[in-house]
Amino acid sequence: MAISTSPGVIASSEAVAPAADQPAVRIPTPAGKKKKGDGLTALAYLAPGFTGFVFFIVVPLIGSLVISLFEWPLFGSPTFIGFANYEKLFGDPTFYTVLLNTVIFAFVYTAVNLALALGVSLWLTTKLKFSGFWRVIFFLPAITPMVANALIWRLMLSQDGLLNSLLGTFGIEGASWLSDSRFALLAVITMSVWQSFGYNVIVLSAGLGGIPKEILEASRVDGTSAWNRLRFIILPMISPSLFFTMTMTMIGAFQVFVQPQILTQGGPGESTNTFVLYLYRNGFVFDKLGYASALAWILFIVVMLITALQFAGQKKWVNYDK
Amino acid sequence: MTSDTVTRPRRVKTRMRPAQRRTAVKTWANTAAIAVVALVFTFPFIWMFFTALKPEDEVFSSSPTFVGSEVRWQNFSDAWTLVPFGRFIFNGFFVSILGALLSIIVAVLSAYAFSRLRFKFRDRLFLLYVLTLVLPQEVLVVPLFIMMNKLGLVDTYAALIVPFAFTAFGTFLMRQFFLTIPLEYEEAALIDGASRFRTLWSVLLPQLTAPLSVLAVFSFIGYYNSYLWPLIVINSQDLATVPLGLSMFTGERGTQWSLMMAAATLAVIPSLIIVALLQRQLIKGVALGGFGGR
Repeated sequence: MAISTSPGVIASSEAVAPAADQPAVRIPTPAGKKKKGDGLTALAYLAPGFTGFVFFIVVPLIGSLVISLFEWPLFGSPTFIGFANYEKLFGDPTFYTVLLNTVIFAFVYTAVNLALALGVSLWLTTKLKFSGFWRVIFFLPAITPMVANALIWRLMLSQDGLLNSLLGTFGIEGASWLSDSRFALLAVITMSVWQSFGYNVIVLSAGLGGIPKEILEASRVDGTSAWNRLRFIILPMISPSLFFTMTMTMIGAFQVFVQPQILTQGGPGESTNTFVLYLYRNGFVFDKLGYASALAWILFIVVMLITALQFAGQKKWVNYDK
Repeated sequence: MTSDTVTRPRRVKTRMRPAQRRTAVKTWANTAAIAVVALVFTFPFIWMFFTALKPEDEVFSSSPTFVGSEVRWQNFSDAWTLVPFGRFIFNGFFVSILGALLSIIVAVLSAYAFSRLRFKFRDRLFLLYVLTLVLPQEVLVVPLFIMMNKLGLVDTYAALIVPFAFTAFGTFLMRQFFLTIPLEYEEAALIDGASRFRTLWSVLLPQLTAPLSVLAVFSFIGYYNSYLWPLIVINSQDLATVPLGLSMFTGERGTQWSLMMAAATLAVIPSLIIVALLQRQLIKGVALGGFGGR
C-alpha cells in the first residue's frame, strides 16, 4: 500500500479490507516450523502492546457499559440499579440540551471547518510565494495547547475585551459574546474552527498535491472554467481526503470539551454545555460515575452511528480509483 | 503559440516579458493578500503576547493599544512564581517524553508482529485494533479513573503516562510503514543468523526513522496538550501538566489577565519551537491522517 498517496488510509474501507484478507508480507520460515507459524515469537512481540490494549481500551470500553448499570460514587461502594441510569437520562432535560448543542456544534463546526480548509488549501495551490510557510501558519493553533488558545479567546471576546472595543471605535456596541445565550455557542464554534481547520488544510493540500498536473493543464487548455474544474475534476479527485477529513473532524467535534469548559463553562445556563462537558461534570463534579458512564455509552453509540452513516454515504460521492 | 516559438523565438521572447512581469506582480499581490489573512489569523497570539506585557489595569481599555504605559517583562517572572509554572513545564516534558517513548516501543513491537509474523487470528486481531481508531477516548475516562483509583495510581505520573500509550494508532501507522519495506533485507540478515530482534533493530528501524519521528512528535504533542485526563486524575499542583496548570491560574487570586497571558505565552512557546523545528514531520504526520480531528 502506497502510504504517501493515501491520506485516507484509515477512512477508506479499502485500506482496512486488504489488511484483513490479504496476507501481510511473510518471512519464509524453515519447512519444519511452517505449520506452527510464529506463534511464540509473535506472542513475545505482541504481549506488551496487546496487554495494554486490552487493559486500557477493551476493558474500559466494556467496563463503561457495566458501570453505567450501577449507582457509582467516586468514593464508596457501588449499587446495581439496572437500567435506571438510562431511564433517568432519557427523562433528563439537560441531556437533550447537551445532545442538541453537541449536534449543532458538530455539524456547523465541521461544515465551516471543511469549507475554510478547502478554500485555504485551494488558495495555497495558486501562484504564491512561501506557500509552505503559510500552510504552517494556519496549522499553529492546532499544535499550541487548546487551553491556552481558549484563554486568549476568552480575553478577546469578554465584555470589555478587544473585539468589543474595536467594534466600539466604529460606533457599534458589541454583545457580551460569551455570556449571551444567543452568541455563546457561536463563539465556541468560531474559536474551535480557528484552532483546528489548519489540520484539514494540510490533509487537503496533500490530496490536492496528488492530482496529476497534466489533468489540470489539459482541462485548462480545453477552456474549462475554474468553477467546473473544481466541481468536476478537483473535488472528485480529492474526495477521499475530503471524506477522511469530514469523518475525523466530525468524530473530534462530538468530543468537544476544552473550548466550552474554558470559554463559557457551558453557560450561560446550559447554552454551551456539551456532551463531554456534561459527562465530565456528572462523573467528577456531581459524583455520579454510573450516570456519566451511561452518557459515555450514548456518546459512543452516537459517534459510531454518525461514522457508519458517513461510511455508508461515501459510496455516493467518494471516488477511490485514480 | 508553439509554432510561434519555433519559428520566431525572438519575437515571442519580447512578447512574453510583460506577461511574465504581470504574473510576478500577481504572485506578489496574491502573497500579500494571504499574508494579511495570516496576520489576522495569528492575531490572537500577537494579542496574547502584548497583553502579557501590560500592567494589569490596562488590559481592558476602550481604546486598545498594543503597548501599555509600561512594558512589564516582570509579568513573566510573576507568572512563573505565582504558580509553579516551571514545574508544570517540567511535568509536561517529562510526561510527554516518557509517553512518546512508551508509545513508540509498543507500536514498533506490535507492528512488527502484525506485519512480519504469522499467528492465529492475526488479521482479525488487527481489525479489532483498527476499529478502535474511531473510539472517542472520553468514553473510557470513567472506567480508567476507577482503575487508577483501585491501583492507587490517582495523582501519579504513571496515571498520566501509561493509559494512553497503547492506542491503536501508533501500531497502525508503523505497520503501514513496515509493509512498504521489501523483505529482501531482512531475509538476508535472518539467513545470516541474526535474531528477529536484531533484524528489527538494525535492519528495519534504520529505514524507518522518518515515520518514527512523526509518531514521536505527535505522541509528544498529544500528551503535552492533553487536558481532560490530567484534570480528572491529578489533584496536586506538583504533578500538573501545562494545560492543567494554566487552568489553575483562574483560581489563584481571581483572574489576573496580564499574568495569565504571560503564562499562556510560556505555555505556547514550546509548541512554537516544536513547529519551527519539526514542521516537516508534523505536516507528514497530518497528511498521513489519523492525527487529525482532535
